[in-house]
Amino acid sequence: MSNERTGTPLVEMRDISISFGGIRAVDSVSLDLYPGEVVGLLGHNGAGKSTLIKCLSGAYQADSGDFYVDGQKAAINSPRDSRDLNIETIYQTLALADNLDAASNLFLGREITTKLGFLDDGQMEAETRKIMARLNPNFKKFKEPVSALSGGQRQSVAIARAVYFNARILIMDEPTAALGVHETEMVASLIKELKNQGLGIFLISHDTREMMDLCDRVAVMKNGKLIGNERVEDVTEDDILSMIIMGKNPKAGT
Amino acid sequence: MTDSPETKPDTPNLFRKFLNGTEIDSRLLGMFGALALIWLGFHFYGLIFKGFGAMLTPRNLWNLSVQTSSIGIMATGMVLVIVSRNIDLSVGALVGVTGMTMGILQVDIFPQYLGLGHPMMWVVTAICGILIGTGIGMFHGWLIAYRGIPAFIVTLGGLLVWRGTAFLANNGKTISPLDDNFKLLGGGPYGTIGATGSWIVGVLACIVIVYMLINGRGKRIAHGFPTRPMWGEVTVGGLSCSMVLGSVLLVNSYPWPKGIVKQYAAANDIIVPAEGIFISHGFAIPVLILVTVGILMTVLVNRTRFGRNVFAIGGNPEAAELAGINVKWMTLKIFALMGALAGLAGVVASARLNSATNALGLLDELYVIAAAVIGGTSLAGGIGTIYGAILGALVMQSLQSGMVLIGFDTSIQQIVVGSVLVFAVYLDNLYRKNAK
Repeated sequence: MSNERTGTPLVEMRDISISFGGIRAVDSVSLDLYPGEVVGLLGHNGAGKSTLIKCLSGAYQADSGDFYVDGQKAAINSPRDSRDLNIETIYQTLALADNLDAASNLFLGREITTKLGFLDDGQMEAETRKIMARLNPNFKKFKEPVSALSGGQRQSVAIARAVYFNARILIMDEPTAALGVHETEMVASLIKELKNQGLGIFLISHDTREMMDLCDRVAVMKNGKLIGNERVEDVTEDDILSMIIMGKNPKAGT
Repeated sequence: MTDSPETKPDTPNLFRKFLNGTEIDSRLLGMFGALALIWLGFHFYGLIFKGFGAMLTPRNLWNLSVQTSSIGIMATGMVLVIVSRNIDLSVGALVGVTGMTMGILQVDIFPQYLGLGHPMMWVVTAICGILIGTGIGMFHGWLIAYRGIPAFIVTLGGLLVWRGTAFLANNGKTISPLDDNFKLLGGGPYGTIGATGSWIVGVLACIVIVYMLINGRGKRIAHGFPTRPMWGEVTVGGLSCSMVLGSVLLVNSYPWPKGIVKQYAAANDIIVPAEGIFISHGFAIPVLILVTVGILMTVLVNRTRFGRNVFAIGGNPEAAELAGINVKWMTLKIFALMGALAGLAGVVASARLNSATNALGLLDELYVIAAAVIGGTSLAGGIGTIYGAILGALVMQSLQSGMVLIGFDTSIQQIVVGSVLVFAVYLDNLYRKNAK
């Protein structure tokens, strides 16, 4: 079922536009995502990839356009709305509270509480240890604030947060930017594993080769517009590069 | 340490072992050290230069505890305000306006409806004061969160507005005396719980401490987390309990003055023998209020989602927003809480003076902020503890009271307190750098 693109898409964005001070950061972009599919978003810095994705995650409110989740129209006005739709996001900035430990960050805004309504720190730490054992077995600094962690460790906390809550739609904004070779491989295998579980994933990266390897489809943006939206099998790396640089889809003419 | 090289490798290890085993925060230890230094310093200064050390007497320490109460109560709230990257300059004015309103309520208004000296008067008055404080705090929070005016400006304006309101409310006239029961909330010989009451409170506190240690250890074991070594647990329990019981002994060894004893004996038909009767003060009611507030605020900060989210906002407001935390609503609630605590401090402060004046709480905002900052609250946000702020308030008050005892002028007191504040923050920076 995974690569067939049949049935209802998990997410459909229709004609999404958003402007900042007169500049159209995203200009009527339409994009969809099916279960078990990885869609890569490519483009220069400032092309509008992160902005588009932030509209979906609720960090920004789109000026116009509609979101459909499972074919149902969905109102996304805040990060909470997006989370309620099982959309989880790993932001480029990681969005971690540096003064809190890994468990507090993982459960931020969704803390586990006891029957009396108090925080259950023991339970949260135990759950954190469980998921980190799977994602990053070398992770040992459970008591320290995340400011004391390395870039890779911080990234794994952010990834753990997105994966833990049974997301159906995962947005990853440059998840491997701060990682070494070994950790990047771990993220790649995680993406494949999640894809096999039927999640839909939007992946943003600058590494074209990595994208060709991980994605089923690539969507290229330039100056806020969607230039191309092609299955990976149908394009070459050169095609993608020319879309990114020239802003023209060589496939469109034929 | 440099002139004793043979102990050098040994001592830090033992100390570190002690800190690790007991999990005592080295900052907490430092604050106790500073406090001890201030107390001993003033005591021996008095002993040497004035022939009498007045600092470390039951009487002075008891007074110190009462004087710390109203600043300490507000400092616990200021921790949350500063941790969430805000500031509240209006708390002193809030003490003034709530104190004045409560004065008017209990002297001019409620007696008309309840009758003079009604036993419930103090409760109704205190609740009104706290509610007014909460309301003003909410209004400040609304302006800050939903109207985007910086907290510094809103509360600076509040400082002037509410101080002026306190003056206008009774045309600058002082209201005194207050209701007899209300005034007990401020301490004084009658506003205490006596020797037996203090022992009950002390023993209960020890039972709770031991229970919490056992319970905490059990939870750690249940989750398979590392635990403190047994000697560490015993040391922590022993130190905490002896501090509690020590303070009970201290407040119980401060007797009522002769005049009060005579008054009390006359009222209760007791015949006073020639050598007098030793009636202990015991813990003062405002101190118990402060301790209760401290415990509740600590629970709020460490054990509830509200507290966790406040720290998340301070650590990274953007991340908190993205994590679905309603930062605006949280800000409003934090200022409402600060207002409530300022109202409570207004109760304690006006009750202690047995009068409501429009100068009540003047400059308190500075002492409250200083207490929180000396207690390790970072103005950059995200870091701070409740116990630190209360200790900070005690340090400030100890300095102040120590200088009064040895007869320093107000001007010199101000210079010292100001310098200590700056120096404390500098030390804190050094500490943080080393901790990294």
